[in-house]
Amino acid sequence: MTTTLVTTIARRGSSGGLGRRLLRHPLGAPSLAVLAVIVIIAILSPWLAPMDPTATDVAKVFGGPDAEHVLGTDSAGRDVLSRLIVATAYSLAGGLLVALVAIVIGVTSGLIAGYFGGWMDAVSSWITALTMSLPGMVVLLAARAALGPSMWLSMAIFGAIISPTYYRVVYNSVRAVRSELFIDAARASGLTTTAIIGRHVLTAVRAPIVLLTAGMIAGGIGMMAALDFLGLGSASTPTWGQMLSEGFYQLTRAPLLVLWPALALGITMIALVLLGTAVRDELEGSASTRPRERSSWSAERSPEPAIVHAEPAATEPVLEIEHLAVAYPAGAGWTTVVHDADLTVRRGEVHGLIGESGSGKSQTAFAVLGLLAAGGRVVSGSIRFDGRELTSLDARAMNALRGSRIAYVPQEPMSNLDPAFTVGDQFTDPLRVVHGMSKQAAKEKALELFETVGIPDPERTFRAYPHQLSGGMAQRVLIAAAVSTEPELLIADEPTTALDVTVQAEVLDLLRDLRERVGMSVLIVTHSFGVVADICDHVSVMRSGAIVEQGPCRDVFATPQHEYTRKLFASVPQGEPRGALTEGGRP
Amino acid sequence: MRNFLVRRILSGIVMLATLAVVGYALLRLGTSDIAQKIAGQSAGPAQVALVEEKLGLDRPMLVQFGDWFGALLTGDLGRSWFSGQLVSDTVLSRMSVTVTLAIGSVLLTAVFGVLLGALAATRRGWIDRAVQVLAVIGQAVPGFLLAVALVLVFAVQLDWFPATGYERFADSPVGWLRSVTLPIVALALGSLGGVAQQVRGSMLDVLGRDHVRTLRSRGLPEHRVVYRYVLRNAAGPALSVLGLQFVIILSAAVVVEQVFSIPGLGPVALTSTTQGDVPLVMGIVLVTGAMVIVVNLVVDVLQGVINPKVRLS
Repeated sequence: MTTTLVTTIARRGSSGGLGRRLLRHPLGAPSLAVLAVIVIIAILSPWLAPMDPTATDVAKVFGGPDAEHVLGTDSAGRDVLSRLIVATAYSLAGGLLVALVAIVIGVTSGLIAGYFGGWMDAVSSWITALTMSLPGMVVLLAARAALGPSMWLSMAIFGAIISPTYYRVVYNSVRAVRSELFIDAARASGLTTTAIIGRHVLTAVRAPIVLLTAGMIAGGIGMMAALDFLGLGSASTPTWGQMLSEGFYQLTRAPLLVLWPALALGITMIALVLLGTAVRDELEGSASTRPRERSSWSAERSPEPAIVHAEPAATEPVLEIEHLAVAYPAGAGWTTVVHDADLTVRRGEVHGLIGESGSGKSQTAFAVLGLLAAGGRVVSGSIRFDGRELTSLDARAMNALRGSRIAYVPQEPMSNLDPAFTVGDQFTDPLRVVHGMSKQAAKEKALELFETVGIPDPERTFRAYPHQLSGGMAQRVLIAAAVSTEPELLIADEPTTALDVTVQAEVLDLLRDLRERVGMSVLIVTHSFGVVADICDHVSVMRSGAIVEQGPCRDVFATPQHEYTRKLFASVPQGEPRGALTEGGRP
Repeated sequence: MRNFLVRRILSGIVMLATLAVVGYALLRLGTSDIAQKIAGQSAGPAQVALVEEKLGLDRPMLVQFGDWFGALLTGDLGRSWFSGQLVSDTVLSRMSVTVTLAIGSVLLTAVFGVLLGALAATRRGWIDRAVQVLAVIGQAVPGFLLAVALVLVFAVQLDWFPATGYERFADSPVGWLRSVTLPIVALALGSLGGVAQQVRGSMLDVLGRDHVRTLRSRGLPEHRVVYRYVLRNAAGPALSVLGLQFVIILSAAVVVEQVFSIPGLGPVALTSTTQGDVPLVMGIVLVTGAMVIVVNLVVDVLQGVINPKVRLS
């Protein structure tokens, strides 16, 4: 029985290339090596044990290690090493029995319930809930009382108790495969039901089953040791649990007696669990390929300079971006998402940053806010807000600007409100914590702003949870939150994209209105010339992380010079009024 | 939410009833010569017959079951065949000890699991690795082995805590605390890593969500973003794991109680199942089953408190 472990792992490994990858994993090779040694010890235990593990020697009770008894003797003068070796085979066999029973029951029932669905699944989940409603140990003890004291029977029952783990994996996989169209295709091409299950489902669940099995064997070995520790095993065969129990009660007379079985059990189980971890890492591809040192960033290419439509400088700049480059770590190097971007937003101006998705326009916006996703970094260039360099600002100073003088309106309203808090709570929290308003004052401010942004029932919205709002209402809440501190610069990341066409125009009207009322500058990220035409004074066209053309809207619209800008125009139906164009560039 | 609770309570009752029927049938059919065991090996046929008559074991199985089940419906768990004591007395007094251990270790696990998980998610680095090591240890090393190790170090070597034994809280609060510390720590160590890893995983997931970025865009300090908003959103999965851990800890408690010679449910479960004391075994099964159902119910209610979508639907 012990050989199955090795052959199983070897066969599965060679078929999927998992084995080779496992050996390269930092935990894979050592844990496999330890397990191989344990398996070999278990198989060869009858020949490896230097003495009869049950032979007592009254003259040598609690004997220390010597030439004859390498690890000493126990309370009955039996050889500890021989008992440990023989117990290895017993423990592994118990663990494998648990895994085997669990696999047979779990996989079979998962296949049947998943494929035929309906009441089969109802029955299965009910039985699962029933076994899960009792602690495993209590079930085992009760089963032992009902069915008899055999340890193997107990292990088989334990396997049955934990079989739902396999059942879940197989069941979910079968349901997923069933809902795929290719099942119909396979059936149309004349394959039988069994063949379909065999081909698609068993390949899909093979890897997770390998992963679970390492844990199952460990769990089985642990449970068996626990039962033996409790004195529920047979007294005739030596077991780790039994040796532990004896050693524990002789702790003061012979402290080493408890150590050897504890080590044997601990090492075996840790090796199994680490193997499971390694398998999971390989399956998820999350193995730590993180290099010790990442190369420093260097510009991959210098983009052609942007075409700039000249204009007389009207007002002072609020935001000046110069030679900005943003990069994310990738492998041992970097992926640059913004190259050498220059952009200036002047006071009171609405500046449109337009481009296809993935062109780096949102990344530029997040760089200004200091809210790049994990790992992202401004690797070169400068961002100045009101003359102050932002890229070298510490977190505290940046936090003082963000949400006070620089505000942000996100793209997707529903995912940008915290679902666990009421709208009013998350709206007023920054006003109270950051701006020191009283609870009452913050609430009044919120209600007033809700009114301003056109929310029909401010009081109700204040008390509502985000999932109770429509997308348009949620976006109004977010806009109200952004302007609540009367910022000088508002960064809006596709503020209308996720909204219905009718709501889009209203939100743009609202932004235009607020801009005049608050007197703020707006940097609006969009993929739609409709939005630009509607609201922007200036526009910058971005492609693959670089700005290709910029200038006053009327100039760029009248005489687009870069071929990419012309192409963007060409993709928009001509002569359309504002708003209606906004669906155009949606990916 | 109320309909949901009523449904859950009803399904819990059905489950307990099934447990009672199936459990009793299996146990009763599985025990043979029980009267001889009760009367003792040296007892003659006359004495055995007397025991059978006294306990009603000579009646048809169905009648015995009907009797027991009828009493159960009135809340009467019967008397132990061996000691003659009321099952409810034995189980409830022992259970209070076991539940103390379980609640203590679940609380310990919750506090340190959330703390470690949150630190691992936000600081990464060595805390992150420590949590992973803890999780492996918790998963790989059985609770009783941890208990043995704790006894070796803190009771035998350092002599800070008693190695075995249990003092009642009423007798000596300090003695009680000293006697439950090591068992509770042993039980908690097994679950701590797993819970911390769950908290870490769901916090990392939440940290990457849009609404967290939007909260940051409003200038909220990082600690408030993490400990008010992210933690609340990550609490649901963590709570589910804690509920599961409660059941696992009850299992482990049986063995850990043995290690520390604590008079909880574990020793009674051991002797009653070895003897075949059907009323007592069934009492233990039903009471633990009810306890698990209640814990699951509490977890569901708390999920509703945390997640407004669950509560309001």
